[in-house]
Amino acid sequence: MNHLWLTAKADISESLRSKWFMVYAIVFGGIISLLFAFGLTESRIMGFVGLSRLLITYIQLSMAILPIFILITTVRSVAGDRDAGVFEYLLSLPVSLSAWFWGKMVGRFTVVFLPVFLAMAGSIVWGIIQGMEIPWELFLYYTAFLFSLSWCFLGIGMLISTLARSPDVAQGSAFLVWLFLLLFLDLILLGVLIQEQVPADFVVGIALSNPLQVFRTASMLLFDPQLVLLGPSAYLILDHFGQFWYLIWAMLYPLLLGTVTATMGYLLFRRGDQL
Amino acid sequence: MISLKGVTKTFKRTTVLNGINLEFAAGDRVALIGSNGAGKTTLIRCLLGEYQFEGSISLNGENPRENRKAVLERIGFVPQLPPPLKMPVQQLLNFSAGVCGCSTDEMKAVAAQLGLDLEPLYKRPFEKLSGGQKQKLLISIALGRPTSLLIMDEPAANLDPEARHTLFSLLEKKQEESAMLISSHRLDEVASLVNRVIELDRGQVVLDDRVDDSIDLSSLLNCNLTTTRIEPAFSKAIGSWGFSAGADETQWSGTIPGPDRLRFLGTLSRYAALLAAVEIKEAKQ
Repeated sequence: MNHLWLTAKADISESLRSKWFMVYAIVFGGIISLLFAFGLTESRIMGFVGLSRLLITYIQLSMAILPIFILITTVRSVAGDRDAGVFEYLLSLPVSLSAWFWGKMVGRFTVVFLPVFLAMAGSIVWGIIQGMEIPWELFLYYTAFLFSLSWCFLGIGMLISTLARSPDVAQGSAFLVWLFLLLFLDLILLGVLIQEQVPADFVVGIALSNPLQVFRTASMLLFDPQLVLLGPSAYLILDHFGQFWYLIWAMLYPLLLGTVTATMGYLLFRRGDQL
Repeated sequence: MISLKGVTKTFKRTTVLNGINLEFAAGDRVALIGSNGAGKTTLIRCLLGEYQFEGSISLNGENPRENRKAVLERIGFVPQLPPPLKMPVQQLLNFSAGVCGCSTDEMKAVAAQLGLDLEPLYKRPFEKLSGGQKQKLLISIALGRPTSLLIMDEPAANLDPEARHTLFSLLEKKQEESAMLISSHRLDEVASLVNRVIELDRGQVVLDDRVDDSIDLSSLLNCNLTTTRIEPAFSKAIGSWGFSAGADETQWSGTIPGPDRLRFLGTLSRYAALLAAVEIKEAKQ
């Protein structure tokens, strides 16, 4: 366990000094600052004003940016470290492969989740200072969703990093995975549904297994409980799950998917060449 | 102590190591030489358990793939190219000592012997150090803990003459407890450090020979040189060996580490026409 924490700490230290982390932190901190600066808390959508309005916009923007950011930075830095000889040296030290892999995962998770969370938490602190009404329930749900989504794409990123032998291949593969998941978002699925080429349950199945769609639907569900914005597929989702169980699914499924993909990555990493 | 039996490594369809059989015992100081692509780095990575391979490797009966932690606890490694680590020096020392289960004290002591003052460097990222500082720190980490095998890829390449001498002295102290595997493109770079030479060519051992090891690793040689005229290129080259000039820059004197004599003579040979007198004597320590 000690080796795992040492590896996590070393990875955090490496990341904090990287350019990608600086850009990453600036982007998420910048989004919150811009949303405040443009007076988003004063505007209204579907009855939501103040911090609720800001958090809804933030979560939608996060969905667009966070997965691709995590995928690209993870595969670039992990595959890049392997390419540059960092792995060759650090893996010559007597650290177990499990402590190394999961330590990297924990360290990396800390640096990708914290800026996203701290930007959101910062808006809450600002709201308290300004005397705004604080949407605690929304904040806690969004924290859980972002936690799950970050873990999920980190796991996928670690799997890609293990499979790809060069940073360029890893980056290209990560981009393709993200594009593939984007393809199966609700707009395209709705099109398929309308054409009635496949059974509705099959389309809903795809929607439920796509972590991007799961996150998107769950975040919409919190401010639009009838999923009016989602269209007809909402009926299927709500009929199958109900609101409460869908939110539980949205928190647990990405966590599970991230863990499964990371475990696959670890098993491949342990079995093959580490360099 | 270390045994390689039928070690074969293939990348896709290219066989990089082809049935390597070798035995190393404590006290063996082995030069692993060969041209680019001969398989030196791959062999080292197999020994470090970083590659899958066919055949078997054991260090005191343990396999580096199956018992990697136990095996690597007894291997010190100095790579040829320092890794581009961003972590600060202090953290690298703590990480290395932490995973090796030892304290940083001995590593710091080795660094001090090599002339590396760590105190002002603790917070500096490793990649921001100079080439020589990186090399000294990696050597300190490898030598500052108990090992049965030292694997070094051109370890003295970036070191000044004084640090080279210290390194050779440290290696002399280590030779009873550790075997050493020193990888290099050129034998003359490492010849005086070793008592055995293994040459690889296209993944096979083409030479495995014992060599004279009567040179005392910690010995020093006093050297006086006279040149026929002042030559700036010579002054620069000899200055890099730590030599000091007499009044008119045609008289030079300095000290060279004993194991570096061949390398030093190689430097002198480039200026043979310029040399009027060369005197080299074993220094009393």
